[in-house]
Amino acid sequence: MRARTIVLAVAVAVGGALQLPVEYSPVGAAKADEFTKADLDRWAAEFEAVATEGRRLWTSPELGTNGVACGQCHPNGANTHPETYPKFQKQAGRVVAIWEMVNWCIRNPLEGKALAADDPKMIAIQAYLAKERRGVKLEPGKH
Amino acid sequence: MTNRRDFLQSAGLAALAGAVPLTYVRLAFAKPEQDFNFAYISDSHIQHIKGTQFVRNWDRGLIRAVAETNLLDPKPDFVIYGGDLAQLGTKEELDHGAELLSKLKYKTYMAMGEHDYYLDLGEYWSKLFGKHWYSFDHKGVHFVVLNSILTFDDWTFKRWPTAKQRMAEMAGIDNPNGSPFMVGAKQREWLKNDLAKVAKSTPIVVVSHSPLQKIYKGWNFWTEDAEEMQALLKPFDSVNVLYGHVHQIQYNQIGSIAFNSAMATAWPWPYPATYAQVDSHLPVLTVPMNRADPFFERDATGWQFINLHSGRNDLHYNLYNNQSRVIAFNPKTGRPEDMKFQDASARIEPQTHY
Ligand code: HEC
Ligand SMILES: [Fe+2]
Ligand SMILES: [Fe+2]
Repeated sequence: MRARTIVLAVAVAVGGALQLPVEYSPVGAAKADEFTKADLDRWAAEFEAVATEGRRLWTSPELGTNGVACGQCHPNGANTHPETYPKFQKQAGRVVAIWEMVNWCIRNPLEGKALAADDPKMIAIQAYLAKERRGVKLEPGKH
Repeated sequence: MTNRRDFLQSAGLAALAGAVPLTYVRLAFAKPEQDFNFAYISDSHIQHIKGTQFVRNWDRGLIRAVAETNLLDPKPDFVIYGGDLAQLGTKEELDHGAELLSKLKYKTYMAMGEHDYYLDLGEYWSKLFGKHWYSFDHKGVHFVVLNSILTFDDWTFKRWPTAKQRMAEMAGIDNPNGSPFMVGAKQREWLKNDLAKVAKSTPIVVVSHSPLQKIYKGWNFWTEDAEEMQALLKPFDSVNVLYGHVHQIQYNQIGSIAFNSAMATAWPWPYPATYAQVDSHLPVLTVPMNRADPFFERDATGWQFINLHSGRNDLHYNLYNNQSRVIAFNPKTGRPEDMKFQDASARIEPQTHY
């Protein structure tokens, strides 16, 4: 019974959106819980690259259709409060994740098209916002 | 017989009129000739998309401010426009902005913002509006209008391959490639001579796009030669600096100089202290405006009318989708104060920014 559940979980993970890139394949590589300084450096660099792309998007008009950029109203990503999400938004009438608020601002001030939650651009924006907000304590639900 | 369209138009106007304090009490002061009103509109950031298209949101902000200003009663003596009429300083933007402003029924004095300037260094703006800096007298008050968004010559003339890039680099307030604003030696010399002819008891109003204070350099809420400017103004009994650029309510008192900022008609900015990676300080006097609601596009934007009496300004902030605010000079304490929220115990939740 227990073994079957595990097999099922693995199948779901592989069949879902998160596919393992070849270089992370466990075959012939380090064991799952072993990583080196070089790995840490690389992972940090990967994050930095995505956050840098987020900053580029933040200050560029390409998310919208009217030439407006997020950074025009949110210098350094200020007033986006990523540490408060998920939280209740009065106008939505429910608890929302930050990517939904990102899409609100894309659709309205930028008159653009909403991004999918897992769009690399959406990930990059969130990486940038989280980076500008680093060190601030998590306060989910705070208005 | 009113048709539906007329009805809607007058209904719209009535709704608008309801939102504006159309009449207000004129207080009696020792020198009634120094008691008058003017309106102050700033930071519209008219932004060209292509052809005849402009960003609708920013257009609406300016159109509304102009319409409401035209409804004021008693009428203001004139209007001051505080700078950043355009977003990227193009002819299209300045022409379109000038056209929207031309609906004003009053004489309008124009000040330069960095978004008007850094494409062609104010050349086209000058064709439309005249001198970059000047002074005038009105009912016993001396007005000085500055171009306070200049910067180091090296940055302006040597750094950038194209004028368009120079404009774009200065347009992002959080852009580390930007450069601090300043009035500059030449204009300070002009001001010194201009003020030499003015009695120390004459009230002075200085209109400046940058704050003539050092608030937060990272977003250019900053004037590099603020100390020199304050030293020139300090000898006068009552000096009032009105500045734009910051897109939020700020006020301060330094010696005899009262400082008040203008709201933008385009969009509000966060207070610098909300940027978690730096330390920054607002003038301690300032009670912040309410946090903006992103679901109302005009929220936390607006314009102000100013009652000048006894040489001091009372600013009435007409905020859309938000309570109006009055920041008035309190002669007892000798500083500008919010008429409702100044006391720490009177603050409300939405004024907390983080
Ligand atoms: C016209 C100005 C404007 C533009 C442009 C703009 N926003 Fe906003 N946005 C606001 C305002 C105002 C708020 C409310 C701020 C607050 O809560 O204090 C807000 C709120 C947000 C929030 C939620 C903040 C919170 O505290 O819950 C997020 C996330 C956000 N914006 C992301 C974006 C992104 C991404 C873009 C570009 C696609 C963008 N914004 C462009 C004005 C703007
Ligand atoms: Fe501005
Ligand atoms: Fe400005």
